[in-house]
Amino acid sequence: MHSFAPPALLPALPELVLVCSAMLLLLIGVFRGEGSSRLVSWLAVLALVVTLGLAVRVGLEPRVSFYGMFVTDPFAAFMKTLVLLGSAVTILMGMRYFEDHGIARFEFPVLVMLASTGMMIMVSANDLITLYLGLELQSLALYVVASFDRDSPRSSEAGLKYFVLGALASGLLLYGASLVYGFTGTTNFAALATAVSSGGAPSAGLIIGLVFVAIGLAFKVSAVPFHMWTPDVYEGAPTPVTAFFAVSTKMAAIALFIRFLVEPFGPLLAEWRQIIVFLSVASMILGSVAAIAQSNIKRLMAYSSIGHIGYALIGLAVGTSSGIRGVLVYMAIYLFMNLGTWAVILCMRRNGQMAEGIADLAGLARTQPGLALALAIFMFAMAGVPPTAGFFSKLYIFLAAIDAHLNGLAIIGVLASVVGAFYYLRIVKVMYFDEPLAAFDRPISAELKGVLLVTAIVTLFFILLPDPIVGPAQAAAASLFGK
Amino acid sequence: MTHWPLLTLVTFLPLVGVFFIMLARGDEAVVARNARNIALSTSVIVFLLSLLLWIGFDPNTAAFQFVERANWVQIGGFEITYHMGIDGISLFFVLLSTLLTPICVLASWQSVHSQVREYMIAFLVLETLMVGLFSALDFVLFYVFFEGVLIPMFLIIGVWGGPRRVYAAFKFFLYTFLGSVLMLLAILAVYFQTGTTDITVALTHHFPAGLQKWLWLAFLASFAVKVPMWPVHTWLPDAHVEAPTAGSVILAGILLKMGGYGLIRFSLPMFPLASAYFTPLMFTLSAVAVIYTSFVALAQTDMKKLIAYSSVAHMGFVTMGIFAVTSEAVQGAMIQMLSHGLVSAALFLCVGVVYDRLHTRDIDRYGGLVTRMPAYAFVFMAFALASIGLPGTSGFVGEFLILLGTYRVSTLECFLAATAMFLGAAYMLYLYRRIIFGTITRDDLRGMLDLSFREKAVFAPLILLVLWMGIYPNSFLTPIRASIDHLVAQVNAATAGAALHASLN
Repeated sequence: MHSFAPPALLPALPELVLVCSAMLLLLIGVFRGEGSSRLVSWLAVLALVVTLGLAVRVGLEPRVSFYGMFVTDPFAAFMKTLVLLGSAVTILMGMRYFEDHGIARFEFPVLVMLASTGMMIMVSANDLITLYLGLELQSLALYVVASFDRDSPRSSEAGLKYFVLGALASGLLLYGASLVYGFTGTTNFAALATAVSSGGAPSAGLIIGLVFVAIGLAFKVSAVPFHMWTPDVYEGAPTPVTAFFAVSTKMAAIALFIRFLVEPFGPLLAEWRQIIVFLSVASMILGSVAAIAQSNIKRLMAYSSIGHIGYALIGLAVGTSSGIRGVLVYMAIYLFMNLGTWAVILCMRRNGQMAEGIADLAGLARTQPGLALALAIFMFAMAGVPPTAGFFSKLYIFLAAIDAHLNGLAIIGVLASVVGAFYYLRIVKVMYFDEPLAAFDRPISAELKGVLLVTAIVTLFFILLPDPIVGPAQAAAASLFGK
Repeated sequence: MTHWPLLTLVTFLPLVGVFFIMLARGDEAVVARNARNIALSTSVIVFLLSLLLWIGFDPNTAAFQFVERANWVQIGGFEITYHMGIDGISLFFVLLSTLLTPICVLASWQSVHSQVREYMIAFLVLETLMVGLFSALDFVLFYVFFEGVLIPMFLIIGVWGGPRRVYAAFKFFLYTFLGSVLMLLAILAVYFQTGTTDITVALTHHFPAGLQKWLWLAFLASFAVKVPMWPVHTWLPDAHVEAPTAGSVILAGILLKMGGYGLIRFSLPMFPLASAYFTPLMFTLSAVAVIYTSFVALAQTDMKKLIAYSSVAHMGFVTMGIFAVTSEAVQGAMIQMLSHGLVSAALFLCVGVVYDRLHTRDIDRYGGLVTRMPAYAFVFMAFALASIGLPGTSGFVGEFLILLGTYRVSTLECFLAATAMFLGAAYMLYLYRRIIFGTITRDDLRGMLDLSFREKAVFAPLILLVLWMGIYPNSFLTPIRASIDHLVAQVNAATAGAALHASLN
């Protein structure tokens, strides 16, 4: 089929640019030594933005390269945009944090870039091998950044936990992949799709393989019941790293989840829908109920992210173009709400120390009204109250669910959102109704201010101009089903 | 008709006021004074503009007027439009919202000291959302306004409320949120039936009879909590008691009307068969509401709680009238809602007047106020009698029309409701006697000052309107009539058609 012609490199150009700049920045860091972290961080942000532009440009039309192992299409471009935005903002937000904690090292931006490359490969994977390669590149970088504050036992513990459980998930996934290969004779997604749709009833081995891969991916998106690592890792990891976990890795993992289930296993929708429905219901319920008892805001955000993944999975369970559009809109809005919330959490410092308790926010509306307003916007958005963007993300999800007659799932979803509203409101209550404590440290760094401003504006005013997010999401979802 | 977008202007002008309030700088006293002035002038301008809606309103048609339409989301088959317009059903709710907002601002002039700027912003945002929800003609737009109301109200109760404000604010938010999300799913189901989120299309769409019941129940989940109907009314006494005076005014004046408005606007015309099917249920719940909550009101020792329970009873009349589906009864329900919007708002303001002076709402702490506060006694009496439904006040017109219309449908229901009117007189007069009459026994009551000029300015328009509506209700019934007649005819045609269909099979 293929001679030994070199593969077309254009589809992978963004990844190549990113990985080369990561190497280059590593050199710069090494030669300039200590104190180069700010320069390297800014250059990393620049590289990520350039990569973002390239990824969007390259993804305009579907291209396959590397002998069918690597694909770019509008879907990949959309998800890569989210991943890269998340990574760039993480680096921006982290600069001051790492300096304040005396762990400002140039390795952090470089590792984030490498992890982002892995995520982009995951998003573009068109083969079980590529899938695994991307996943491991991402994971290895993440294990390191989770324990980046290496002198802190909490951070080291987070890294180790993440490593052990992540390795277990990878093992399950690999086992599933080998079963899939064993029963179909191919690892390529396109060939898998043909094998799955032609052979009548699927064999039990193939289904078991599919289930194992799905479990591995469920670990990565931290869907219940594979979520146990999330609260501990979120709490222990340095806060900017947690933000990175909550945003970019989620984007990449959900993108991989979508492509893996929709492209090769699309014909088996009836089989895997049950799994996704179960994951979704369990995540939504646990995410909203368990968060109520939390007193640490990072743990609360961990449960919140579990709940949000539950909602996104509703769209995946629908499995149609409109369902995937729902997931994509959901994830895009989730990105803005979450980055904003993490920016606020990064502002929660007293006397140079992080104040991570929810009670530390008491009376923030009096001491720092702007910050309180921003967090209130994000909280109402996460609860899904209009007119914030969070309402629209849920709207598109439920729209797809009702369309597919998954009424029970939709009803469970909205009921869970009422329970979830309780703990989001609790944060608003602490900020607005309680007596104020001492103000947080000032001034807030310019980078954080910028992130806060942009994310708050997007979250609040999305309603005025939804098309720039909904439109590309629509095109991206359609591109998955167009082939 | 005007060529400029009057309705949009009325809806969003308060946000311009919010913008100016946010610009206010200086020390706290200056900011507070500026915020009060800006909020008052904005809301008065909005009220005057909204009067143009009434003046320009054509009472001879049931069609939507002042219609505005613009594209909003156009992608992927799920198109949402910015579609606004009012008919006879929504006209007076818009006016009620724009009237009560400046009154709330005035009523809070001195009683709110802390975070005045945020307080005024919350009320102006609330005004935009209230006007918007009554004039939205697109389901998503409607839902955004309908739910958005929760945010400022949650903050108003929670920040400026009484001692148990946190509990009340959460209860208010979660109760209404739970009802609304179920309605959201129903709205999406309606979308898949009609293929559009346009309300005007959905209003004339024929939904399958089986589906109607489910959708009707989902819509009811939202509206019943808002009305509030027994047994989902328990958030209301808590919210009323803890909210600041102006918050109670908006709650009683507008937020409860959102439920009644929804039932008339959506439940009746879209699901006529389900409405007919569930009428016995609604009659039962309404009868329980008017009788049971009247008894509960008799036993209250907190002034605000008593008025809150009386609201539940009065809104029971409204739901009864709506589901009688006769022209008189539905018109009566409309008038009763407007009347209740004015009267209960005024009663909460009356409570606010003495609360500002003595900082308690305990009925037993008062007595004999008539000797010190004659003007107050007069005002309170006017609204207490209007609440009872004395002829010559707005309350009479609404209740009379409802009873008249219901009598033609169910004599028993009419009889039960009529007993509740008697109970209403009992608890209102009992309240009035305990507060106003008797002898002054406490020293702090001797020092009470009568109404100030500002307070008189707050009450004067309300008294005039209550009397106007009671003496010459045609000014209000005329714009309402065409829309209601059209609605009732539509519902009756649908139920008659279904009955004919059933008899043929």
